[in-house]
Amino acid sequence: MGFYIVQILTGLSNASALFLVACGLSLIFGVTRIVNFAHGSFYMVGAYAAYAFIALLPHGVFFFWIGVLGAALAVGLLGAAVETSLLRRLYHAPELFLLVATFGIVLILQDLTRWLFGAEDLLGPRAPGLTGSVDIMGSLIPQYDLALIVIAPLILAGIWLLLHRTRWGVLVRAATEDREMVGALGVNQATLYTAVFFLGSFLAGLGGAVQLPKGGADLLMDMNVVAAAFVVVVVGGMGSITGAYLAAVIIGELSSFGILVLPQSTLVMMFLVMAVVLVIRPYGLFGRAEAPEQISGAVSVSLLQPASQRLRILGLVLLLAIVLLPAVADAFQLVLMTEIALVSLASMSLYFMMGPGGMLSFGHAAFFGGGAYAAALMVHYFQSPMALAIGLAPLLTGLLALVIGWFCVRLSGVYMAMLTLAFAQICWSIVFQWGGFTGGDDGILSIWPADWASGKVVFYYLTMIICIGGILALRYLIFAPFGYTMRACRDSALRAESIGINLRNHQWLAFAIAGGFAGLAGGIYVFSKGSVFPDAMAIPRSFDFLLMVLLGGVNTVFGPIVGSAAFIWLHDKISRIDFWQFILGCIFIVLVVAFPHGIAGYVNRRFGRYFVNQNY
Amino acid sequence: MAKLLEVSILSRSFGGITAVDHVSFDLDAGQIIAMIGPNGAGKSTCFNLINGQLQPDHGSIKICGREVAGLHPRQVWKLGVGRTFQIASIFATMTVLENVQMALISFNKQARSFLRTVRQLYVDESMELLRLVGIEDQSHRVCGLLSYGDLKRVELAMALTNQPKLLLLDEPTAGMEPSERRRLMELTTQIVRNQNLGALFTEHDMDVVFTHADRIIVLNRGELIAQGTPEQVRHNDRVKEIYLGSRS
Repeated sequence: MGFYIVQILTGLSNASALFLVACGLSLIFGVTRIVNFAHGSFYMVGAYAAYAFIALLPHGVFFFWIGVLGAALAVGLLGAAVETSLLRRLYHAPELFLLVATFGIVLILQDLTRWLFGAEDLLGPRAPGLTGSVDIMGSLIPQYDLALIVIAPLILAGIWLLLHRTRWGVLVRAATEDREMVGALGVNQATLYTAVFFLGSFLAGLGGAVQLPKGGADLLMDMNVVAAAFVVVVVGGMGSITGAYLAAVIIGELSSFGILVLPQSTLVMMFLVMAVVLVIRPYGLFGRAEAPEQISGAVSVSLLQPASQRLRILGLVLLLAIVLLPAVADAFQLVLMTEIALVSLASMSLYFMMGPGGMLSFGHAAFFGGGAYAAALMVHYFQSPMALAIGLAPLLTGLLALVIGWFCVRLSGVYMAMLTLAFAQICWSIVFQWGGFTGGDDGILSIWPADWASGKVVFYYLTMIICIGGILALRYLIFAPFGYTMRACRDSALRAESIGINLRNHQWLAFAIAGGFAGLAGGIYVFSKGSVFPDAMAIPRSFDFLLMVLLGGVNTVFGPIVGSAAFIWLHDKISRIDFWQFILGCIFIVLVVAFPHGIAGYVNRRFGRYFVNQNY
Repeated sequence: MAKLLEVSILSRSFGGITAVDHVSFDLDAGQIIAMIGPNGAGKSTCFNLINGQLQPDHGSIKICGREVAGLHPRQVWKLGVGRTFQIASIFATMTVLENVQMALISFNKQARSFLRTVRQLYVDESMELLRLVGIEDQSHRVCGLLSYGDLKRVELAMALTNQPKLLLLDEPTAGMEPSERRRLMELTTQIVRNQNLGALFTEHDMDVVFTHADRIIVLNRGELIAQGTPEQVRHNDRVKEIYLGSRS
């Protein structure tokens, strides 16, 4: 009996930090509509800052909590500084572009933390006065866990009072409902946004700081917590603080009990809960259906036109260059070009669902990595020939996308994106944790091309044919009725349904096609590298694809290719430098500020008139 | 022969508010009915119930004798109901022509096809419809850039793509200047008469209503309080009360 009570209490204490992070994420999104990827980084910085403060301050109960609060305050100020110095400049840009900026911050904070504290995991200091354990009917629970259990409801109550009993809170709730109206009523939006960013970041920092004695600090916490926080926000219902707490408790209890039943199953159980909740209540436990969101509109300014004569000639010249490249390039350059082609196909498939489809995905690597693993596993277990493995990879990934898409298309906008991220994280954790089948962290090695394709040049041509073929197929699909129907669903769900289109089914199909093409890219990828590791489907990889599409510009069909080429080239140039992530993060931020419509979008604006289709 | 549209004791409430309360009426082919009433009378709810946007709590809606309550908008559309919305709803990133092509593609069950590009599909038929509503000169303009009145015309063209038997026009002339308003209503009337359709429309402009409607239905707070010819409705005491205020 005591054992179960302790498990329940452990679950509650697990929920605390998660709740704090999710609550901040939800607040910031509600008011500013920024999906703050850097929120996990704020959590991580909170933990490290608390570690530093507690080490600096004298030992003692009072100073411990001063250290924790100080860390949270510091992170809050950091958040406010980021908002005022960077994000504020971008509010006029398409909303999705803010994602790139926040991801730049993720990279910068990651490297800064590594530089300041080193790569080693830090063991958290114990909280003075709470170092013992409490005996509950024969089972022990750390006193600090009990403290955590108390903290979360206190914060919940505090935030609730703040939102419901103060003038400022009324403004926050009003802005969550209708930002424009609040602005029109004469509220200073700039101050409101900064304040909300401060509060949200403060909560993330507090979350990181309070869990320090329990979990320590490491450099992976940012991504780990962001995925869990997205799940909590989606399950709880966007914008609902109470829902976030309830969802955090559910997730916390699940991990506490899941470990007993099947130690590796916790993430899968999280998925099951989320799936059940979303099927019954698509907008989360306490969420409400929103008016059609503008975020998909942000991608959708694309007025697609068929290519003009000049653009076609440019394409042919490019194609000729690709065909002739092996004559002049060395092996290394060929490998780089191969990678650009693969990644271009994957980001084109993401563009396919994001641009014309209006379906945002933060988890596209699930399909890229899924294809890679599908091919690798077939070769590893069935000695399947390369052609078969590459041929089946997109089909198997398409099936996976059908399963995941069935849930995802029930939502829209950012809810959907968060759900894709959660699913991708689950796919990753299955591959990562099921070491017996997938090789776990060690990956699957020695997956080499068939003999006939083992030469660098032959493999280069093979990759080019498949990738360019795939990209052109996707492009063609966008201009076929199928693609127009996707755009119809994106532009106006109401009108699409009232001209007889089965919106959900169509989006589902489009989702699966996008997944299948990403899987095709993954299938070739594994043969080009000779191996595959779980990071092929990890969150950073998903973000890479997203960044490539956004950097290239979502207004043009070939934006994703420009973005991929720029990204891979950049990556190749700087990845040997120390703290290259810091540099990359800075480059992202500069790019976003300088080219708010993406690189291809910029070129299009600047030189577009040379390539305008005369028929339009 | 079954009526084109037969609505009987239709009700729908939201929370404690009954938006549509035991409303019954019917409509024959070739007939134009105006539904009027103050704001919040339940006109749009009524439309949304008929085309499947909302599900009724009670009552039945029959189109050509077929029960449609509980069907999806896309199913109702397939039965030959064309709809325009109070706030024009079109595909903003497509051109005028592409909007109509899209509707025709869907009508011809080509929405998932990828055998041909859209550029070659139903161009003539679409231009024909655009000509009918008088907007063929703007066919290559992107809808997001059109004036509101022109959007309403695009919507009307789209509502005609499925060879409808019944048109549901929710404030078809809202946002138009008076002369354009008159022209569009004359056009609509003409289409309805020529093709022997039925049309149900809402409108706040009483001139338009009394000029073009064969019959008028008056709703107030969800209840149907009067129906009849324009002449009958004009002299109905309860209608006067609602529109001019009570005399007491």
